[in-house]
Amino acid sequence: MMKKLIIGLFALSVNLLPNMVMAASGSVPLMEANNDISDQPSLQRGAKLFMNYCLGCHQMQYQRYERTFRDIGIPTEVGQEQLIFDGSKVGSHIKNAIGKEDAAKWFGAAPPDLTNVARVRGSDWIYTYLKSFYKDESRPFGVNNTLFPSVGMPHVLQELQGLPTAITEEVTVDGVTTVHITGTETDGTGEMSEGEYDDAVRDLTNFLEYVGEPTRLESEALGIKVIGFLIILFILAFMLKKEYWRDVH
Amino acid sequence: MFGKIVSWIDDRIPMTRVWNMHIAQYPAPKNFNFWYFFGSLAMLVLVNQILTGIWLTMNFVPSSEGAFASVEYIMRDVEYGWLLRYLHSTGASAFFIVVYMHMFRGMIYGSYQKPRELLWLFGMFIFLALMAEAFMGYLLPWGQMSFWGAQVIISLFGAIPVIGDDLTLWIRGDYVISGATLNRFFALHVIALPLVIVILVFLHIVALHEVGSNNPEGIEIKRKKGSVAEEDKPKFKFHEYYTDKKDIVDAIPFHPYYTVKDIVGVVGFLILFCWVVFFMPAMNGFFLEAPNFEAANPLKTPEHIFPVWYFTPFYAILRAIPDKLIGVAAMGASIVVLALLPWIDRGRVKSVRYRCGFHKWNIAGFVVTFVLLGWVGATPQTDMKTIISQICTVTYFMFFVLLFVYSKNEKTKPLPERLTK
Repeated sequence: MMKKLIIGLFALSVNLLPNMVMAASGSVPLMEANNDISDQPSLQRGAKLFMNYCLGCHQMQYQRYERTFRDIGIPTEVGQEQLIFDGSKVGSHIKNAIGKEDAAKWFGAAPPDLTNVARVRGSDWIYTYLKSFYKDESRPFGVNNTLFPSVGMPHVLQELQGLPTAITEEVTVDGVTTVHITGTETDGTGEMSEGEYDDAVRDLTNFLEYVGEPTRLESEALGIKVIGFLIILFILAFMLKKEYWRDVH
Repeated sequence: MFGKIVSWIDDRIPMTRVWNMHIAQYPAPKNFNFWYFFGSLAMLVLVNQILTGIWLTMNFVPSSEGAFASVEYIMRDVEYGWLLRYLHSTGASAFFIVVYMHMFRGMIYGSYQKPRELLWLFGMFIFLALMAEAFMGYLLPWGQMSFWGAQVIISLFGAIPVIGDDLTLWIRGDYVISGATLNRFFALHVIALPLVIVILVFLHIVALHEVGSNNPEGIEIKRKKGSVAEEDKPKFKFHEYYTDKKDIVDAIPFHPYYTVKDIVGVVGFLILFCWVVFFMPAMNGFFLEAPNFEAANPLKTPEHIFPVWYFTPFYAILRAIPDKLIGVAAMGASIVVLALLPWIDRGRVKSVRYRCGFHKWNIAGFVVTFVLLGWVGATPQTDMKTIISQICTVTYFMFFVLLFVYSKNEKTKPLPERLTK
């Protein structure tokens, strides 16, 4: 009976996991980012995009330039020269000069710190969010977002993507017709093709995931060694136990 | 030379005597199974929490302005700070896993029954202290869920008539959760409660060694003096403290037999533990909740507020009842009834192996209830889940009611004379 109980408990706990994930994602289905934090060129492109397009408003106040450059394979001098725009020292945190109160006045809410955004929202969310802006003249900046309705942020990457318009669909349920946005389509005024834009957003997402947990790869590399050691130790401990317990049986 | 040092020490403190009495010549039943690993594992996790906690304290800043940033500093700038933090955060969840398994072991083998009532009560006090320790520790990173979770839980005390509001004010030290709350929780988390837990663990072991361990068969290995024939006595040497008063059967010395066996358990546990620490420390939001990676913001309530998974079964009982005061009382009662188990269970047969078939189903139902409660307490509430939580609240308490009823004149199987395996 105990074995069945254990198996039952395990099966139940596994079944619970997807529930948590779904609860976090809300109503709009998320696109898969398929990013890879071990892809250094992607992280470098993502860092460049972040410093150019995001840092003006969003900080990474807990992350330092120097370790970022080191982790993603950018030589310190190159980083200092090409990715630090405000003359900060390379050991500084990645901050901007925007005042919180000013920002709140301009955008309705202060732009959140992005150090941990990938851990709060998840990479798929960021990827989907950056691909979900669409033209909406009723909003202060002329754009809205399907994933984050009425968001205060302008479409910062518009010069890359162009201005997308919403693809809508009318759905009639019980005689009530509502308009659903099923996707967006760019007007093609951006510098990038659709595929290039997806890659750029993937790179940026990748960089944000890295910053969320800069020690992830180090942790996994160490983890394999630790667990390998423990497995060998387990075999030895088991043999030792068998040897001693021969007196008992 | 070594012998000389030992006898020099033994003349001054009872080192060898305590070692023999409690480890090398301590009689333990020879048939401990899988479920008997969790006591030693709980001690291992306690040591892990204390050691990693000390090193985390070296860089943690217990103030509402500095706490969140200092945790990020530990995660990013302190050498192996991320490892210390993940060991500590995973250790918190692991502590509850092993303690729940340990308590379940006590339930299925009747380890709380006479003469082990006090042993069980010390265990329940450890559990209470552990819940307080975990709750206060969860506030320290000063994330969104730290803040709002504490807000919700502390406000529960406000449901108590007359003194409720003053009590919550006294606990928080402020009208809302604030830096004052953080500072006092830090003091309690790193000094007061660890001391209480260590002392209770000591008493738990003192009580255990006085009455001796139960075992999966639920029959005593200590028999009346003179009742056991010489050839039935084990060939091992046990301390006179035990053999002077009783005859002992089917026992083996704790060391080396259970020390080498517990090492296997420890390493097996560490494989699973390290797998979580190194590869999935957030455990899909169960061990580290996603909103807690955002600094506490008193002006922004998270969409859903959940306690960490180990509190959710009790939280679900609270939420099942619409009236706040009755809900709080039911939540408290759900823990009190566990502590009263030695007196609720009126049976004489300890192990589930020899108890009536209904007892097996009752325990299985209790496990299902506990898991379901944990699930509904950890996910957003729906009408369906409210009904599930209400049914489970009833079945949770029904376990104890039924046990009280059927254990009086229970139809049990005949007990074996000796530990067979």
